[in-house]
Amino acid sequence: MKEITTLKEFACTPDRFQGGHRLCPGCAHSIIVREVVNATDDDIVVSTATGCLEVCSSIYPYTSWDVSWIHVGFENAASVISGSEAMYKALKNKGKLPVDKPAKFLAFGGDGGTYDIGFQALSGASERGHDFMYVCLDNEGYMNTGGQRSSATPVGAHTTTSPRGRVSYGEKRWKKDLTMIMSHHGCPYVATAAPSKWKDLAKKAAKGFDTEGPVFINALSPCTTEWKFDPADTIMMSDLAVDSCVFPLYEIENGTKLTITYRPKNKIPVKDYLGAQGRFSHLFKKGNEWLIDEWQKHVDEYWEYLQKREEAGV
Amino acid sequence: MAEKYELKTKEVWDGNTAAAHALRQAQVDVVAAYPITPSTPIVQNYAQFLADGYVDGEFVMVESEHSAMSACVGASAAGGRVATATSSQGYALMVEVLYQASGMRCPIVMTVVNRALASPLNIHGDHGDLYLGRDAGWIHLIANNPQEAYDMTLCAFKIAEDEDVRLPVSTNQDGFLVSHTAQIVEPLDDDTAYKFIGDYKQRNPMLDFNNPVTYGAQTEEEWHFEHKARQHKALMDSPAVIERVFKEFKDLTGREYKLVESYNMDDAEVAVVAMGSNYETAKIAADKAREMGIKAGVVCPRSFRPFPLKEVAEILKNVKAIGAMDRSAPMGTIGALHNEITGALNAFGYNSIVTGYIYGLGGRDTTVEDNLEVFKDLALNAEAGKRVTPLQKFIKLRGPELSFFKVGE
Repeated sequence: MKEITTLKEFACTPDRFQGGHRLCPGCAHSIIVREVVNATDDDIVVSTATGCLEVCSSIYPYTSWDVSWIHVGFENAASVISGSEAMYKALKNKGKLPVDKPAKFLAFGGDGGTYDIGFQALSGASERGHDFMYVCLDNEGYMNTGGQRSSATPVGAHTTTSPRGRVSYGEKRWKKDLTMIMSHHGCPYVATAAPSKWKDLAKKAAKGFDTEGPVFINALSPCTTEWKFDPADTIMMSDLAVDSCVFPLYEIENGTKLTITYRPKNKIPVKDYLGAQGRFSHLFKKGNEWLIDEWQKHVDEYWEYLQKREEAGV
Repeated sequence: MAEKYELKTKEVWDGNTAAAHALRQAQVDVVAAYPITPSTPIVQNYAQFLADGYVDGEFVMVESEHSAMSACVGASAAGGRVATATSSQGYALMVEVLYQASGMRCPIVMTVVNRALASPLNIHGDHGDLYLGRDAGWIHLIANNPQEAYDMTLCAFKIAEDEDVRLPVSTNQDGFLVSHTAQIVEPLDDDTAYKFIGDYKQRNPMLDFNNPVTYGAQTEEEWHFEHKARQHKALMDSPAVIERVFKEFKDLTGREYKLVESYNMDDAEVAVVAMGSNYETAKIAADKAREMGIKAGVVCPRSFRPFPLKEVAEILKNVKAIGAMDRSAPMGTIGALHNEITGALNAFGYNSIVTGYIYGLGGRDTTVEDNLEVFKDLALNAEAGKRVTPLQKFIKLRGPELSFFKVGE
């Protein structure tokens, strides 16, 4: 398993995902992607769902990818990589590829391409037990098309299809708990990750690459454009998410062993996280205070649930 | 190494069994598929071949046809031989990815068993699915019986993977009428069949890690047009390869295939043009028509895409009246095949009387007698030297007669 221990070491890793792409300044996608693809020295094939990462990294005749890369559609990144992985196995079995040189299979999708339209493909590929890792770049909405809601959009968030208005406080539903759903697919390894905790992310990615079978990592990807915060504050936003336990960092092995991988020393109030983003600004207006209280309650309950599971070793 | 399958020189196979054996003999590296009636036995047979050690590639039983074609694209881009099978609704679910497969020039072979599209739900044969894939950038070959289902599938690999083509190919056989009708099929032995197809030749494989490639790039107004135009050119140029492969196949087996098949066309004054099992039925009807003094012939485009415009025009140029047989609901215009035929004739300066017949939707039985009625209609037009029958008729439709553009209307 590849280990990166210092930031300098990480910064000096050759780029498999090159700069010069067209992602927004302050976009967390490129940070996460670089950390993931650099977490192994093995050869990799990458499949990417339609979305911000894909449109910004493969505009013909340019490409940001210094690895084999394929994009087919919005809803099928997992199916596509399962096909590539099957071909790798077939050619290896037939003696048409070197047996001593391992290759890894990796898929990226946004939350739209993962939680929603690509969920069936992800569920199928995971159930079939392909040896691949799927990383969801979760920016909590359809940001490539101008910020529409997805099933990863959290309650109270303003999006263009769940807008705040005279009689609405924005999104009405809590975020779908996809990481847990994937842990129940028999995946040997699932984890959450955030770009501000880069060592934790790199370690999980390396562990994922090292694990045989389907691996799912849900990475929070703060979106400067649609969450409405300054592009310089991306990493801070990620820190606020994990320090408030809005996006807790944990891993689950074999669907049964949950480990919390980051425990904030000082758990900050959820309102600090919400208050830092324009998409929640209306929650701080008179009449909406109850929702901030609900948020805190919801986050606290879930954090407690995770701790109970960890303590019980389940 | 997969075991050889001992075959007799003559086997009694239905179209599905024939197609499945062709896939086995091609030593496909990855088959990703999802079962659907009436093509399910192709997938089942293939699974059994695998279970019995006759296949050593990967068989990926995906959770939908969308994922089947998506996995095929991922596998093909990785760099090996890929195939699948489907019908009808499954085909419809794949359509998005059919365009992506051809756009990325993935030489995937798909054995299609043609079936009607819902609604109303129907499991029987018509060409609704084939027509749905018409503009998807695939080569679509037509097989009219189990022998042809076998032969076309072998040829499909060789055409798809040719250096000058590199496009996906579908082979089409009528649901049940071909897929489930057992006939004598003369297969090649495993070694001969594989040798005919040849080893897969990689082009820009993702698994060549020394040369990373990007598949499925974004092209907007600066480049999209050029990509699509080049893909179209590959299709337009593909008949030369199809004919070369057919010739090699004839040299090997004695069975001759052409871009346009025909029966009794040398002196024909009237002709039916049909794809699929009705080509065979119409041949018998043509014989009967000739007994009645009607100089009848039958034509079948072997390839629906690329459409052999020139060859179709050439074979029909002296025919006075033509019946275009479309086995799909035209939904607001003349049939797709009708359109192709009139387009071909017009393009090359010929002016026969063409009428359209919609037949066999949802597996409605279309008999020798039904075809004979068409020949009688055509004879009326030929004799009058102008169209005296409606432009579009529906064969054996219950209820009041349905036709459009009657003469004088």
